[in-house]
Amino acid sequence: MASEEAGSANMTEYIQHHLHHLQLSVGDGAFMKINLDTLFFTALTGLIFLFLFLRIARKATTGVPGKLQCAIEMVVLFVDGLVKETFHGNSKIIAPLAITIFCLVFLMNFMDMIPVDFLPWLWGSGHALAGHDPAHAYLRVVPTADFNTTLGMALTVFLLIQYVGIKHKGLVGFFKEWFTAPFGKYAFPANLLLRIIEECVRPVSLSLRLFGNMYAGELIFILIAVMTLGAGLAHVSTYLLGFGQFIAGFAWTAFHILVITLQAFIFMTLTIVYLSMAAEHH
Amino acid sequence: MIPNLTLVIQGFAFFAVVWLVMKFGWPHIIAAIEDRQNKIAEGLSQAEKARKELADADARVADEIKKARAEAATIVDKAHHQAAQIVDKAKQDAIVEATKQKAIAAADIEAQAHKAREELRGKVAALAVAGAEKILKREIDANAHKALIDQLVTEI
Repeated sequence: MASEEAGSANMTEYIQHHLHHLQLSVGDGAFMKINLDTLFFTALTGLIFLFLFLRIARKATTGVPGKLQCAIEMVVLFVDGLVKETFHGNSKIIAPLAITIFCLVFLMNFMDMIPVDFLPWLWGSGHALAGHDPAHAYLRVVPTADFNTTLGMALTVFLLIQYVGIKHKGLVGFFKEWFTAPFGKYAFPANLLLRIIEECVRPVSLSLRLFGNMYAGELIFILIAVMTLGAGLAHVSTYLLGFGQFIAGFAWTAFHILVITLQAFIFMTLTIVYLSMAAEHH
Repeated sequence: MIPNLTLVIQGFAFFAVVWLVMKFGWPHIIAAIEDRQNKIAEGLSQAEKARKELADADARVADEIKKARAEAATIVDKAHHQAAQIVDKAKQDAIVEATKQKAIAAADIEAQAHKAREELRGKVAALAVAGAEKILKREIDANAHKALIDQLVTEI
């Protein structure tokens, strides 16, 4: 725990400490910073996903599958069904993209299920052991609660939307559509304006939805943790609040399982929808 | 939340994962699934075929059994018929044989009777002669009265 004494100042400090990224400055200005914790946990979850998925893919048997292969095949078939239902074009990237989004976002969201203080406490203890001040040991474990992650993914999706659009319609057809759809060629300024707004809104809404949900989820976990912040064992209120914290923590964790799955699903589904819209002729 | 350089790295990292999955993951798994689906479909159709074949074979076997049974019945009928014929023929043969034997026996009996009668006749003749001799108490010249005795013999 960052703070040992009760008090609103400590509470604010605790919350702010929790919401601070472990950052590395690589240049001047606010933009030239790297969130090391986000990158680390993204890499961790990404490697877990890749390791499992690629290992199973390499050993995939056409005979009787093992349990892990069964589980992965179930997800694959689920995503494949969804893609085939929505996307009628022919694209090699869309299904792998969809399953990557679903699994990766789910795993990154799942970092929220780890007790909110556990990894930061380990990190702080490590810092203290190394002789540093644990107050500066910042760590945020949920990569999707970092806007950079969600926006980065949404921008990649945005670029893929343009790529799929150009691939399916050709360069001329793709740009022609900017001016002619949906109101016909005589209303081209309106068409262009609408198109630009539409294209800009997509990545923003996609990233903000996921980020907002995960950030709020993390914040609520922090607020639940605050209930017994700096509490002593001698106080009766500690036990009452501790019980309240247990109930609240349990309820929110159970509910959050739904949220993290749903958000991963929504991100994936919207990506599929956007890509299929990009591939279709208007 | 002001975005920083992490954004770019995350974007690329995400794309790298997608690319790896697209290149080395997804096609293998889908291929395995589709292969297995084909295998299962094939197996099911083969099972269906085998079941049909079995039903066919059953029907054929039943047919064969029916045929065999009918044939056996015909054979048995024929055998009965033949047996009856054989018995009839044997009966007739026996009757013919018996008739023949009876005729032979009758002829035999006749011959024996005849012979016996002849013998008897001879003996009666001798007896008559002896009796006459005794009655007459005198010797009769057999040769002188041969014609008379012969006449007597035929008359007996």
